[in-house]
Amino acid sequence: MATATLPELELPKLSNEEISRYSRHLILPEVGMEGQQKLKAAKVLCVGTGGLGAPLALYLAAAGVGTLGLVDFDTVDASNLQRQIIHSTATVGKLKVDSAEIMLKGLNPFMNVVKHNTMLTSANALEIFKDYDIIADGTDNFQTRYLVNDACVLTGKPNAYGSIFRFEGQASVFATEAGPCYRCLYPEPPPPGLVPSCAEGGVLGILPGLVGVIQATEVIKLILGIGDSLAGRLLLIDALGMNFRTLKLRKNPDCPACGTHEIKELIDYDQFCGIEKPKSVGPLEVAHDKAVAEAPVVDGIPQISVETLKKKMDAKEDFFLLDVREPHEYKIVNLGAPLIPVGELGRRIDDLAGQKDREIVIHCRSGARSQKAALILKNAGFQHVENLAGGILAWADKIDPTMPKY
Amino acid sequence: MKIHIPTPLRAYTGGQPTVSVPGATVGEALEQLVGAYPDLRQNLYTADGKLRSFVNIYLNDDDIRYLPAKEATETGQEDELTIIPSIAGGCCDCL
Repeated sequence: MATATLPELELPKLSNEEISRYSRHLILPEVGMEGQQKLKAAKVLCVGTGGLGAPLALYLAAAGVGTLGLVDFDTVDASNLQRQIIHSTATVGKLKVDSAEIMLKGLNPFMNVVKHNTMLTSANALEIFKDYDIIADGTDNFQTRYLVNDACVLTGKPNAYGSIFRFEGQASVFATEAGPCYRCLYPEPPPPGLVPSCAEGGVLGILPGLVGVIQATEVIKLILGIGDSLAGRLLLIDALGMNFRTLKLRKNPDCPACGTHEIKELIDYDQFCGIEKPKSVGPLEVAHDKAVAEAPVVDGIPQISVETLKKKMDAKEDFFLLDVREPHEYKIVNLGAPLIPVGELGRRIDDLAGQKDREIVIHCRSGARSQKAALILKNAGFQHVENLAGGILAWADKIDPTMPKY
Repeated sequence: MKIHIPTPLRAYTGGQPTVSVPGATVGEALEQLVGAYPDLRQNLYTADGKLRSFVNIYLNDDDIRYLPAKEATETGQEDELTIIPSIAGGCCDCL
């Protein structure tokens, strides 16, 4: 069913310039003059201006959505540009909300951009959401997913949801009056240990484009009150097989958010997801696999610096260096160490039988997987296992600046 | 019957997107699946053998939670099971 979400207010007039700009909408009877005025009156909040938020915000701006709010606290990094097309080479290093505003205003100067250069938290979400009609969730971690959901349910705003992993995407519309919410589908988040780690990370750059544009389509349909929204359905997208499937979603009468309304205020979502409070990285871009901090010993594993490793190498000390990344990462850059991916280490312990009493230094990209690997070896009876803090990224930063970083 | 494996869990099925298993009920088919791919078990089941609450299993287009017999629902050769993963990504930054 089409869902009209905007109150029947007096709609804003379109200028002659706007009429020319939106002519392909105006001659489409399903949009027409009134629809275009509804778009102009609409206020949409994009949570995140990353892979999903980029195409979403661009298309909403192009379509003439009058007010777009952007929530992001991050800055543009060169590695974002493989998919985050709202940013550009010229804005690397700038705040994402500032960078996005440049592109959006360049595309359509007739719309308003409201920048929220902040981390979305339980303390500010309701206050930010109250000024918008529709929320589009383009975040990348479970804490913020649940926060956005609960804030949408509490404020009665629909949530155009999209999510991606490698080659796979999901989209739906949650928290409409009659439809299910995110918690109806996923009552609880997976424990952090079962969340895929960066060994399985990465994303096909066009996939967030595909999913973000589906979210934008749902937003536009909600504003115009046309078509059948994804409320009550989950769209599954498999970009490799290029298969699209929709599954029925039901509103769970026992859902603590939208069913029993047991959740009356926002909670601590880091705690709910079993995740330590973020420090330098916030909930919008929180790491799945937190790198181990600079501490001399973590869980019984000594942490050594790249400087110490370099000294050991230069002094030709007797030790065994092990790389536990994936073969495709090894091809990008390596330190010449033998490779056993952390996921295979458990069943390949015998490969290291000769090293049992030797000093072993383990490295990965940033130090998180190698810490895991060190614990596996320690538990298998290896006596002298150390983790290279900061991994090959720290080596590139401090020892060999000619090395590429990925 | 055919079970669709979502990307995040394919690491445990040797990369296979679908797995064919015998099984007269949803529960039996899933038991066959984790029997064939033991690393999947802890991702789908809790220590006391219950399906994890963040794992959604669909028999064809229906969530098994809402089928009257739930996991005991009978299945035929032509039926398909889909495991719906909880994915958070908007991008996949990790350290």
